[in-house]
Amino acid sequence: MSKVEEIARGVLAGDKRSIARAITIVENSPQEAQKLIALIYSYTGKAHVIGLTGPGGAGKSTLIEKMVREYRRRDKTVGVIAVDPTSPFSGGAFLGDRIRMQDLSIDEGVFIRSMATRNNPGGIAKATKDAVKILDAAGKDVIIVETVGAGQSEVEIIKVAQTIVVIHAPGLGDEIQAIKAGLMEIADIFVVNKADRENADKTVMDIQAMLQLDDRKKVWNPPIVKTIAITGEGVQQLLDKIEEHRQFLQKELGHERSWEKAQAELIEAIRDKVTSSIIEKLKREKLFEKILQQIVNREIDPATAAEKLLNQEQLE
Amino acid sequence: MFDHRKIEEITKERERWEKSTLPNWIKQCPERQKEFKNHSGITVKGLYTPEDIKDLDYMRDLGFPGEYPFTRGLHATMYRGRLWTMRMFAGYGTAEDTNKRFKYLLSEGETGLSTAFDYPTIMGYDSDHPMARGEVGVCGVAVSSLRDMEILFDGIPLDRVTTSMTINGPASVLLAMYVAVGDKQGVSREKLGGTTQNDNLKEFFAQKLCIFPPKPSLKLSVDIIEYCARHLPKWNPISISGYHIREAGATAVQELAFTLYDGIAYVEETLKRGLKVDDFAHRLSFFFASHNDFFEEIAKFRAARRLWAKIMKERFHAKNPRSMWMRMHVQTSGCTLTAQQPLNNIVRTTIQALAAVLGGTQSLHTNSFDEALCLPTEESVRVALRTQQIIAYESGVANTVDPLAGSYYVEALTNEMEEKAMEYIQKIDDMGGVIPAIEKGFFQREIADSAYRYQREIEEKKRIIVGVNEYIIEGEEIPIKLLRVNPSVEKKQVERLQKLRRERDNRKVKEALEKLHYTAEKGENLMPTIIEAVKAYATLGEIMDVLRKVYGEYKELIII
Amino acid sequence: MQNESKSGRKIRVLIAKPGLDSHDRGAKVVARALRDAGMEVIYTGLRQTPEQIVEAALQEDVDVIGLSILSGAHMTLFPRIMELLKEKGLTDVLVFAGGIIPEEDVSELKKIGIKEVFGPGTPTEKIIKYVLKNAPKR
Repeated sequence: MSKVEEIARGVLAGDKRSIARAITIVENSPQEAQKLIALIYSYTGKAHVIGLTGPGGAGKSTLIEKMVREYRRRDKTVGVIAVDPTSPFSGGAFLGDRIRMQDLSIDEGVFIRSMATRNNPGGIAKATKDAVKILDAAGKDVIIVETVGAGQSEVEIIKVAQTIVVIHAPGLGDEIQAIKAGLMEIADIFVVNKADRENADKTVMDIQAMLQLDDRKKVWNPPIVKTIAITGEGVQQLLDKIEEHRQFLQKELGHERSWEKAQAELIEAIRDKVTSSIIEKLKREKLFEKILQQIVNREIDPATAAEKLLNQEQLE
Repeated sequence: MFDHRKIEEITKERERWEKSTLPNWIKQCPERQKEFKNHSGITVKGLYTPEDIKDLDYMRDLGFPGEYPFTRGLHATMYRGRLWTMRMFAGYGTAEDTNKRFKYLLSEGETGLSTAFDYPTIMGYDSDHPMARGEVGVCGVAVSSLRDMEILFDGIPLDRVTTSMTINGPASVLLAMYVAVGDKQGVSREKLGGTTQNDNLKEFFAQKLCIFPPKPSLKLSVDIIEYCARHLPKWNPISISGYHIREAGATAVQELAFTLYDGIAYVEETLKRGLKVDDFAHRLSFFFASHNDFFEEIAKFRAARRLWAKIMKERFHAKNPRSMWMRMHVQTSGCTLTAQQPLNNIVRTTIQALAAVLGGTQSLHTNSFDEALCLPTEESVRVALRTQQIIAYESGVANTVDPLAGSYYVEALTNEMEEKAMEYIQKIDDMGGVIPAIEKGFFQREIADSAYRYQREIEEKKRIIVGVNEYIIEGEEIPIKLLRVNPSVEKKQVERLQKLRRERDNRKVKEALEKLHYTAEKGENLMPTIIEAVKAYATLGEIMDVLRKVYGEYKELIII
Repeated sequence: MQNESKSGRKIRVLIAKPGLDSHDRGAKVVARALRDAGMEVIYTGLRQTPEQIVEAALQEDVDVIGLSILSGAHMTLFPRIMELLKEKGLTDVLVFAGGIIPEEDVSELKKIGIKEVFGPGTPTEKIIKYVLKNAPKR
C-alpha cells in the first residue's frame, strides 16, 4: 500500500493523525493531493459545511468555540478549519485562532486545523476546499470554516460552504460598509455578536435596512441572530437557524446547488490543469526567456508578450 | 527659571560653539553613533543647556520636597530622615521553608517582608489541583489555606513588621488569611500594615496571570480598596504596577503611562462605591521597574510623581496633599539580568538600584545575580541586600534630597517623559478607558511591538548587552551554585492539605462557601464573607472555584 | 530568506507554553521571529496541559515544537509531553525548549528526546537557523 493509500484509509477510519497528514498533503503536494482526493471523494458529501466570515474583532473564534460545544451537546462531531493570512513579505504566517479553541481539542469528536492563506485571495487557502473534503470523508457531521476576517470581500467561501454565516458586532466602525460591499449577497444568516453592547440594536437595524434594499428575488430570507459569544447566549438559536437552512437547502435547492458547485469545481480544476500545463510548456520555449528580457527592458508589455507566446504556440 | 535675555545669549553662544569648536572635535573624534536614543525612543542630545529647560518654573514644576507637585520627593527630609524600606521578595517551598527565610532576612537587617507565592496559589488553585503538578512551592511559597498562612507567619509579630504580598486574582483570599492570622495573634486590624499587589488590570496585558474577565477582576480589586478604606487603615490595598508592564517589554514611557492610567481607572471605580477621593487615595501605592538607562529611569520616577500629583489634584479634585502622593516601590529589572557571566548582574542591579534611589523611591527590591538561572540562594540574596546597604551608607547619595534636580538633562528628560505619557493617557481616554483598550488589544500590541523591537536591536547589535552579544566568553561554565526546591515539598504540602480537609468542620465550610456564592451573585463587597470562609478553613481553591462559577474564567486575547 | 524545509514545504511550528507561569515574552518573540523567517507558527497560549499541547501538534501536523517554560516545572511537564508524543506516534517531530532550565537538567531532557535547549539571551537568529537545519524531512 502506498503512503497516500494508507493515509486515505486512515482518513476514512477517522484516525486523527491520518487526517492531519492528509491536510498537509493537500496543502503541499498537488499530485499526491489529487490521488488522495480521488480515493476519498466517494465518501464525501455527507457533512454540513458552514462558512463563518466577517470583520476582525467581531468575535469569530469565540463564537466558533461556543458553536462547537453546542454541536457536541447535540451529539454531532465537528471539524474546524481556521484560516489566517500569510505575510506577503516573509511568506510566514501566525495561526492564532486555535488558542480560543484549545480546550476543545482534547475532545475526541473535534478536529481543529489552522491554515495559512499562502497568498490565495478571497479569505481562504487554496487547499481549504480539499481539507473540507478530508474532514467530510473522515465522518465529521459538521465542518466550520472560519475565513481570514480582514474585512475584504471574502466570497471564496461560497465555493466551500453550504451555509454562510456573516458575523458582525457593534462598535467596529465602518465595517458595515464591507458587509454591504461584498458579504451581503453571500450571507444565509447574519449574526450580531456582542449583543449586550448598547448599540447592538442599531447594528441589527442597519442590517435589516440593508436587506430591505436588496430587491433580488429571494427564496430564503436571511435571519439575523443576536449572540453574546463570551457567555454563549444566542448560540442555540444560531444552530437552530443553521439547521433550518440546511433543511431548506435539501428540500428546495439541494440539487441545483450541488450541480452549480460541481460545475464550478470542475471548471476550476480544468482551468488549473490547462493553465499549468500550458505554462510549463511555454517555459521550456526559447522565446520565453527572450520575451521575458524584453519585458524587463520595457520593450514589450506583459499582455502583448503573452499573446505573442500563445500565438506562436498555436502556430506550431 | 532663566532670564529671557540670558537664554538668548546662551543660544547665540551655543550656535557659535557648534560652528567653531564642535566640528573640529567631531573631525578628530567622530561620535560613536549617528544617533543616541534611550529605551523609550527619545533622542538623547550630545549636550543639554539652560535652553532645554527655559520654560521650567521652579515652584510650579519642581517645588520643595514634601510639597506639591512632589517632583523632588514626598518627604521634606527624604533619606536624611529615614532610608527607603529594603524589602526583599522571598518565598519558596512550604510555609515552613519561607518562614525560615523571612526570619533570616529580618535578622540580616531587612525592614519589611515581601511574599512570593507559587504559581498554583497565584492562579487560585490548591496544591493538589491537577494543574499544580510540578509547580508546588517552586517559584514561591504554597499557601492553600489559613493553616499554611499561620505557619508562614509563625513567630513574626504582625504589629511590628509590614508585609507585602504579590498576589492579584486571589488577593482578597490571601488578605483575608492575613487578617485572620492577625486576629489570632491578637493584633487589632487598625495596626495591620502591608500591601497587597491586587492590581488586576495590568494582568490582562502585562503579567497575564488572569483568572476572571476584566470587569469582575476590577470589581475584586476595588472591593479590597473599599474594605481597607473602611477597616484596615494602615494597609495599602493595591500596588499599581508598572513593573510587569515593563518586564513584558514596554518602554519606560509606556510603563509610566499605562500604570498611571490603571491608577486612574481604580480611582474612578472606587469613587462609584460612594467613597470620597480623600478617603482612600492616600493608601494607593505604586510599583515600578528600574532598568539600565540610568537617567531615563530617574526622569521616569520624577515624572511619575509629578504627573500623579497633577492627576489627583486636577482630574479628581483631591484636597488632602497625601492623596496626591505617589508612594512607590521599585524593583530592579529582572529581564535585564543575563544568564551569561551572571556576576555582571550585580553591577547592573547596582546601577538600577542607584537610579531608583536618585529617583526618590520609598521602597526597593534588588534582584539577585543568579535570577536569570534559578531562584536566588541565600548568598545571592545577601549580596543583593548588601547592594542597597552600600548605596545607603557608603555612597553618600542619600545625604541630600533629590540631588539631580536642576540638571539640564534630567529636567528636560523628566518633562519629555511626562509629555509622552500624557499623549498616551489622552489616547486611552479617547478609546473609552482601560477596559475597552484591553478588549481592543491596544496595550498588548504596544508592548509586543516594543519587546520585539528591543530584541531586534540586540540582535542587530544596535544595543550592546555585555556578555550576550559582545564580550562573550565562549563555552562559559556557570560557576554559581543553584538552589533547588526539594521535590518532597509537593508531597508534604498535598498531605497537609488533605489532612486539613478531613479534620476541619466541613459543614461550616459548606455554609461559608454557599454564603460567598450568594454574596458574589448579589455583587456585594466580598471581603467580609471571604474572611469568614478562610476562618472556617475553606481552601483557596474552594473559594476561587465559587467565584469562577459566578464570574466565568478569562480567555487570553493573544497578540504577538 | 529561506523559509522552507529540505523537502520544499513550509515549516510548521507549534510554540507551546506548558506550566502555570505567564512569562510569554520570550515565546512570543520567538514565534514572531520564526514567522518573519517564513514559517507557519501556531501559538497555544498560556498554561497548556501536556495533553493539549500534544493534541495540537497532532492535529496541526507540525514539524517542530518549541516549548517555553520559566516556572521550574519542566522536569515534571516535559517528560509527560515526550511520553504522549511517543504514544501518539509523533516521533519524527523536532522538539526544542527554551526558558530558565538549569544546565544539569539539560542532559536529562536530551535523554528523553528534547533535541536542544536554548537559555536566556539566545539570539532568535540562532533558533531560526537551528530550526531550518533540523526540521525533519518528511
